[in-house]
Amino acid sequence: MSSGNGNYRVLGTRPRRHDGAEKVTGSAIYANDVQLPGLLTGFVLRSPHPHARIRSIDTSEAEATEGVFAVISGKDFPEVADKVADLGEGSVNLSYLSGNVMAKGKVLYKGHAVAAVAAVNIHVAEEAASKIKIDYEVLPSVTWVLDAMADDAPLLHENLFTDHMGEKDEKPSNTAVHMHFEKGNIEEGFAAADVIVEREFKTATVHQGYIEPHVSVADWTTSGRLKIWTATQGAFTARQQTAEVLQIPISDVVVTPCEIGGGFGGKIAVYLEPVTALLSKKSGRPVRISMTRAGVFEGTGPTPGSFMRVKIGATSDGKLVAGEAWLAYDAGAYPGGMIGPGCMCVFSCYDIEHAVVDGYDVCMNKPHTQAYRAPGATQVAFACEQVVDEIAEQLGICKLEIRQLNAAKEGMRRVDGPVYPRIGLVECLDAVAQSDHWKSPLEGENRGRGIAAGFWFGCGLKSSVSASVNHDGTVNLTEGSPDIGGTRTSIAMQLAEVLGIDTFDVIPQVVDTDSVGYTDVTGGSRVTFATGLAAYEAGLDLQRQMAGRAADLWECSADDISVVEGEFKGPDKSASFKELAQELFKDGEPLVARASVAPDCSTNGFAVHIADVEVDPETGKVTILRYTAIQDAGKAIHPSYVEGQMQGGAVQGIGWALNEEYFFNDNDTMDNASFLDYRMPTMLDVPMIDTIIVEVANPDHPYGVRGVGEPPIVPPPAAIANAISEATTTRFFELPMSPPKVWKGLSETS
Amino acid sequence: MAKTVLVTTTINGESTEFLCKPRESLLEILRDTLGMTGSKEGCNNGNCGACTVLIDGLPVDSCLVLGVEVEGVEITTIEGIADVGQLDPVQDCFLDGAALQCGICTPGFIVTARALLDKKPDADEQTIRFDLSGNLCRCTGYDKIVRAIQAVQESN
Repeated sequence: MSSGNGNYRVLGTRPRRHDGAEKVTGSAIYANDVQLPGLLTGFVLRSPHPHARIRSIDTSEAEATEGVFAVISGKDFPEVADKVADLGEGSVNLSYLSGNVMAKGKVLYKGHAVAAVAAVNIHVAEEAASKIKIDYEVLPSVTWVLDAMADDAPLLHENLFTDHMGEKDEKPSNTAVHMHFEKGNIEEGFAAADVIVEREFKTATVHQGYIEPHVSVADWTTSGRLKIWTATQGAFTARQQTAEVLQIPISDVVVTPCEIGGGFGGKIAVYLEPVTALLSKKSGRPVRISMTRAGVFEGTGPTPGSFMRVKIGATSDGKLVAGEAWLAYDAGAYPGGMIGPGCMCVFSCYDIEHAVVDGYDVCMNKPHTQAYRAPGATQVAFACEQVVDEIAEQLGICKLEIRQLNAAKEGMRRVDGPVYPRIGLVECLDAVAQSDHWKSPLEGENRGRGIAAGFWFGCGLKSSVSASVNHDGTVNLTEGSPDIGGTRTSIAMQLAEVLGIDTFDVIPQVVDTDSVGYTDVTGGSRVTFATGLAAYEAGLDLQRQMAGRAADLWECSADDISVVEGEFKGPDKSASFKELAQELFKDGEPLVARASVAPDCSTNGFAVHIADVEVDPETGKVTILRYTAIQDAGKAIHPSYVEGQMQGGAVQGIGWALNEEYFFNDNDTMDNASFLDYRMPTMLDVPMIDTIIVEVANPDHPYGVRGVGEPPIVPPPAAIANAISEATTTRFFELPMSPPKVWKGLSETS
Repeated sequence: MAKTVLVTTTINGESTEFLCKPRESLLEILRDTLGMTGSKEGCNNGNCGACTVLIDGLPVDSCLVLGVEVEGVEITTIEGIADVGQLDPVQDCFLDGAALQCGICTPGFIVTARALLDKKPDADEQTIRFDLSGNLCRCTGYDKIVRAIQAVQESN
């Protein structure tokens, strides 16, 4: 493929987005805005206990309530056998998925769905749900990862046996998986080290915090086909999961992905889709459920809290020679957390010859954890990047220089196996050195500057598009990737670039699962890369078709026609795409192309952030004074939306660093399930987030695109911890670094 | 069942009547009774600002106002910010400045920003951040939203 960073007409410009007017006027249709005749409203009843056996459920009084049309509970769902389904970005055991959608036998966390009601409105539904009588036998519970790993911990699943790299333990355990990676010889590595730093870290459970709650509308009444309108990152994934949970053929389900109000990895698993489907079937009416905010916090999404021990050795010249990590991550109620990528990312930024990583996926009485933007990577960066900083301090080396000295480069093998192709970490670190931020001195008491690096794979997976040429030479582009942050435009721009037309000559549309080829989720930083690649391929196909047709028209051989910057050039005639499209429309078949891709590669995104903080020793409050995010985007198709990803990821990371956490009380139930008490950053909490886009072309994309969505959440907690250490000479090893913890830490040091 | 009440109010300049139960919020009335779904529900307890409307020019979370309370007031919703065929400068600047990603918080931000600019056209960055701190956005990190509002100020 040709390399990127050429001279482009469309790429690198900043047009408005195609769906912009709808989104600024309130006319865009999100799942909660869908209207259907006779639409009922549903409500999910949730467990008040973190761990309990369900002895019985009596729904009779709820069913008898006026205005109630259907009540369902676990017994209404079919049994789903143990089977692992590939969901594109990650896989899921379908029996666990089914059990998470509606509890059967036991509830495993406070907030676990136990029953649902469909009624004329939300008030009647809530009232009826309060009349459902459930007899619980409350069981002992556990919510801290090391407690959950203990031999005497309350067991969530009697049939779960720890899988050590394929070998199963004989005694049941909450630890689902033990992973192990190594390279080199770790003893040799540490023996060669002049300095060794080992630290333990803890991070709290946090939520993705999308502003739109989960919403699903289902109509399973007339044709036998189940129609679903939902807020999902992947319509095909939602279709597959819904069909499996309901044990019906995939072809019986059509999912329309509505506009989606944020996902960040938390809107891939289904929660409400099968529930609304069964309520619709039972009531004979379409049903909508919009989750309450407390339901979102207590029943969906969080990303793992963790306990980590990281040890790194270096020679006196600053070369990192040995790294050892022991990581235990929350899986929540069911196996299958984010420990895999945690293990793969912990040393991903550095060339360390000898390394060993052990990781544990641990069940406990919390909601089942889900992906959250570079899932599993932010935790390990918080650990690794602080240890690297401490080594630099002990050796008296500049903290940027130690990273430049050890930065991962092309040809380096990660501890989990893969060898990097061309990557851009060195260029990001060089951009730090060149930046105004790094060069400007930071003065004042209680102030400090920190840096940290972060990595995320970025995946390819499957995407399909079709492109049909209108007789005015514009192109309708049909795609299956829900647009969460401007991807209609970043994909359309790539088609426009190939064809030599303008961004707005391409009319992109995101359609339902009946109307486009299979497409994996909007996740893994993959859409602009992979669906963009499909659009590019479709553009090339259109050009081939049109060159062939032009040859007939111009009475020459197709070989004599070349396409230069979208212009068709024959021996004595030439035409632009639009001119030729209009000409060809007069006779012959319509011009339609389709492309489907499955690039089997990572796009390897690196980010480095600089944070300046001021710590108030009286209150422990940390204020971000200045913040710069640097990232290799490969090629920034629409720079504004690349910056937007960098800024948004940085601020999510700032929230993770300084405030966000699930508070579990002594009863193992969450105390802060609202936006008031789960404190995400407001506009007043953060400064402007400066951005520097680095472009080191990705060799696996014709324009050099790399995934950009995920890397920017990785460095912030580490960069801020490093900055706090500079400001106060106290290091913090626990997230969040909230005022009470910082105040306490500073009091203990002084 | 509680008594249904007839409420007469003005929404986006049009006199509007609706029937409502005392427990129904203004957000429910707008979305479910009147079909005006531009105001979004993010939390339903006044913490996220996605449902912000103006009541007599003041931004309020419509999920915290009861339908029966709006008798005789003037309400502006996101649907009333643009003129027919002509976006408001705040909307234009949000689009040009890429100040939205998923868009679910955007109606609330635009309504709040409009009220801010009407009242304090020269608001500095700190004032903008203070006045919009009741609106949560999880996608943008706020940078481009602040800059879009500043761009409206510069274009005046």
